[in-house]
Amino acid sequence: MKLDDFIHNTGQWLKGAGEHANIVMSSRVRLARNLSLKPFPNKARKKDLMEVFSAVEAAMQQIEFFKKVVFLRIWELDSIDKQFLIERHLMSHEHATSPEGKALVVSDEEVLSVMINEEDHLRIQVMQSGLNLDASWKMANSIDDALSEKLDFAYSINWGYLTACPTNTGTALRGSVMLHLPALVMTKQIGKVLTAVSKLSFASRGFYGEGTQASGNFYQISNQVSMGHSETDVIQNINGLIRQVIEQEEQARQALLVQNRPMLEDKIYRSLGILKTSRIISSQETVELLSMVRLGIDLDIAKDVSRKAINELFIMIQPAHLQKIEGKKLTSTERDAKRASLIRQKLGGF
Amino acid sequence: MQCDICAKKKATVHLTEIVDEQMSEMHLCEECARQKSSQMEQQFGLADLLAGLGDFGKQLKDAEKVNIQCSNCAMSYDDFRKFGRLGCNKCYDSFKTHLSTLLKKIHGSNQHFGKSPVRIPQEERRKIESLQDLKNHLMQAIQMEDFEKAAQLRDKIREIEEKGSV
Repeated sequence: MKLDDFIHNTGQWLKGAGEHANIVMSSRVRLARNLSLKPFPNKARKKDLMEVFSAVEAAMQQIEFFKKVVFLRIWELDSIDKQFLIERHLMSHEHATSPEGKALVVSDEEVLSVMINEEDHLRIQVMQSGLNLDASWKMANSIDDALSEKLDFAYSINWGYLTACPTNTGTALRGSVMLHLPALVMTKQIGKVLTAVSKLSFASRGFYGEGTQASGNFYQISNQVSMGHSETDVIQNINGLIRQVIEQEEQARQALLVQNRPMLEDKIYRSLGILKTSRIISSQETVELLSMVRLGIDLDIAKDVSRKAINELFIMIQPAHLQKIEGKKLTSTERDAKRASLIRQKLGGF
Repeated sequence: MQCDICAKKKATVHLTEIVDEQMSEMHLCEECARQKSSQMEQQFGLADLLAGLGDFGKQLKDAEKVNIQCSNCAMSYDDFRKFGRLGCNKCYDSFKTHLSTLLKKIHGSNQHFGKSPVRIPQEERRKIESLQDLKNHLMQAIQMEDFEKAAQLRDKIREIEEKGSV
């Protein structure tokens, strides 16, 4: 598979399947690892980065799992391709800047991705649809074990895995769950929920990554603390917290239905109407409307639309995706028209 | 006015930061401002945690400066405080005392409980396993309020840890 083939598929995490897939878009587990005695990427020279890259590439070639992956050298990619990979949640913005010595490894269905030479030498990410942190952790764990048979990881008995930033030291594990919480937003309870989340040392951020505002009513919740608790404890704690947030969202949805079903139905149908008929549409407007339709599917109000199609549109309507589909650079006005036509085509509009 | 970071280009971006009710001003050129802003973005997740520490992004006064350097990568502790990133795994040895306090502040603990790499020498592995065992017993003793036993276990853990690196 090549990079250009990605456009004809979407990641497994967008399937809309798995436990609590109505509220949970995806679950992600990330492990940070560094090679012993090599400077961390921020301090490394080009030669060091290339040596890390070669050592990791050689190790991966000996592991069965990595036989079917795509190996992308970031320094060989143009700016649209880099943006495209960021939009797909396969790599960070940081990974696209100063691309020398950086690489990205992506597995079938985009379940596994490994960033080489980002903030740490290795960032192993497993992402799956629905509330699925346990399985994601198991997979990340076995890939980490396989790699650590071939590579010497920076590790200390007292402090665990040693990372460039001390906020990751220890297990170097970050588990995060992407939640769709429109009813908590509409009933103005989201602030209360997020305050509780942060008091429990968990962080929340938007759909489109670190530092972004929540849009489309998506919130990503992850653990902040990586030392003093085992990996399985961390996963269990996030699961516990997420289940509580899910329950709050379910209750808010029921309350909305009981209090004002006609208003809710109206909002959902209008959103679907605009998406199926518009000729020019901005990404911000699209995301808001898609969120309402997604809620409509969950509440069995919007019929004949699949959750998978809506989930995929959240990714496909972004600038680099539209340009990859079109096969050329597009201005912002051209993108707004292309976006509208893509949505109509995908939702059977007219 | 020259840029506070590179001291070469003209400062066109003026940044006011308020940390712990202390206001500081930075004057930056466009390029350094962009770099600083991407650093701030990267550290966005740290903000809550590090708010109480107040070290990052703050101009250090002379008296606050710590004059240590990593023996392997030559990263200075002051640079680490400024940028929030360590230079290599040996930095953890070089800045051991300072990092021990910092890790405790960030995570509420400076002891790793969790997995270890497959490829570590047998002797080291045995040490890790017995240490992990002792830590589990220590937690149990604390829960049972058997503080005499807990103190003995704590001393044993310290003894093993001091023999090992970091």
